[in-house]
Amino acid sequence: MKRQVPFLITLVAGIFCLIGFFVPHPAVRTFYDEIQQWVIVVVGATYVLGVANLLRINLQQVSTRARDWPYKIVLLIGMLAMMAVGFTNGEHYLDSNSGFTWMYNTFYSPMTATMFSLLAFFIASAAFRAFRIRTFEALLLAIAAFILMIGRVPIGNAIHPAIPAAADWLMEIPQNAAKRGILIGAAIGVMATGIRLILGMERTYGGGGGGS
Amino acid sequence: MSAFSGLRRLDRRWIFLAVALLVVVPLALGVHIAPVAPTARARGFYDAIERVPAGSTVLLSGDYDPGTIAENYPMHLAAARQLMRRNIKIVGLALYPGGPPLTDQVLSIAGAEYGKKEGIDYVNLGYKAGNELVMSQMGSSIPRTFPVDRRGVPVSQIPVMRGIQNYANFPLLVNISAGYPGTKEWVQQVVSRYHLPMVAGVTAVSAPEYYPYLQAGQLKGLLGGMAGGAEYEVLVGKPALATRGMDAQSLAHIFIALMIILGNLAFLGEDKERRR
Repeated sequence: MKRQVPFLITLVAGIFCLIGFFVPHPAVRTFYDEIQQWVIVVVGATYVLGVANLLRINLQQVSTRARDWPYKIVLLIGMLAMMAVGFTNGEHYLDSNSGFTWMYNTFYSPMTATMFSLLAFFIASAAFRAFRIRTFEALLLAIAAFILMIGRVPIGNAIHPAIPAAADWLMEIPQNAAKRGILIGAAIGVMATGIRLILGMERTYGGGGGGS
Repeated sequence: MSAFSGLRRLDRRWIFLAVALLVVVPLALGVHIAPVAPTARARGFYDAIERVPAGSTVLLSGDYDPGTIAENYPMHLAAARQLMRRNIKIVGLALYPGGPPLTDQVLSIAGAEYGKKEGIDYVNLGYKAGNELVMSQMGSSIPRTFPVDRRGVPVSQIPVMRGIQNYANFPLLVNISAGYPGTKEWVQQVVSRYHLPMVAGVTAVSAPEYYPYLQAGQLKGLLGGMAGGAEYEVLVGKPALATRGMDAQSLAHIFIALMIILGNLAFLGEDKERRR
């Protein structure tokens, strides 16, 4: 029973959602929409579980003085402070002069933007230390990288209009052909996995692991 | 020991310092190295909005958070400006939890510039968890998917939402995307099912992924990264954040290309010494 019931639910729900996607008949559509609403509610509820899990794991690591435990305290303080300020502001938490908005603009926004912008520094360093042209393929990659890096910014056009034209050709012909192949391959893979899930050949969702 | 092999021992902090200077100095001084020339992709984005009749309502989904603010925010703001300049109403939303305040900022800045009012000319429906399911649900009923706007006002009481039931009420979907859920999912769930014309502004790193959709006509226009944003700002006639960042990006790209050449020269010098 422990294995059959989840399998039956997956089978019925999977086949119904597949039909619901393609059949716009009101009888199917109404129930299909209802199921989607349930899933949206479940997804919303998982956020609460996520917060609880984050608290549990990090508190545990702080109490056992695990590696980098002081950073866990920063994480917990950050999360709880945002929540506390948000709840304290009540229904006005979105106002432009609320404490929550101030924390979003002062802490959250610059910190996440900084994390992303650090990439520029690491890419420059990695370009110097790791990009080695040892083979013909690596040489082709380097040439393509040069054309794209220079052709994608206004200075490329100022040097010579052929550079952005070459960059466009690279993106629209060879890159596009490869990307299309990857997309089609991935789509077939997703369909195969979906069919395996619906037919019960893939049961990792049940926690048992593996397939047949 | 040759000069090139000595480069191998270069402290990477010098590289970090050079990148910082190359980015900060042009931004601070506002130098103008080269003019921005719009591509056909950016023109497609601009023209698609120009074709929308004045008075219509467009769906503007800002699916990003402050992590990609440098790339996505300028194109988001420019899109809001073009829409409002043309008297097109906007229904904004975000499928990233950290995104709604950015949509708020974009709509209020452009709204103030063009004398547009919240609720009458634009609305921010906020964030809803569920990714593709939210897109799919909106195809059945937008008021059911978003019963209230970001401030908790019932959508039935918001003038701009009057008559808006589903995708059939929009002539265009404008998506500003940082990844998942974003442009790819909107194409799969909405463009292919409901045949809603769509344009997208995406991060530079993810742009190659959307070229097949652009070539197939599923996207009418595509802005890739800050460069795409700058091209679009030029078309809109309001050069702003992205255009200002182009000089810094130009110099950083040249520096990275130079680093690849120097790194390989150092490698060759070292290799030659080892053979000796």
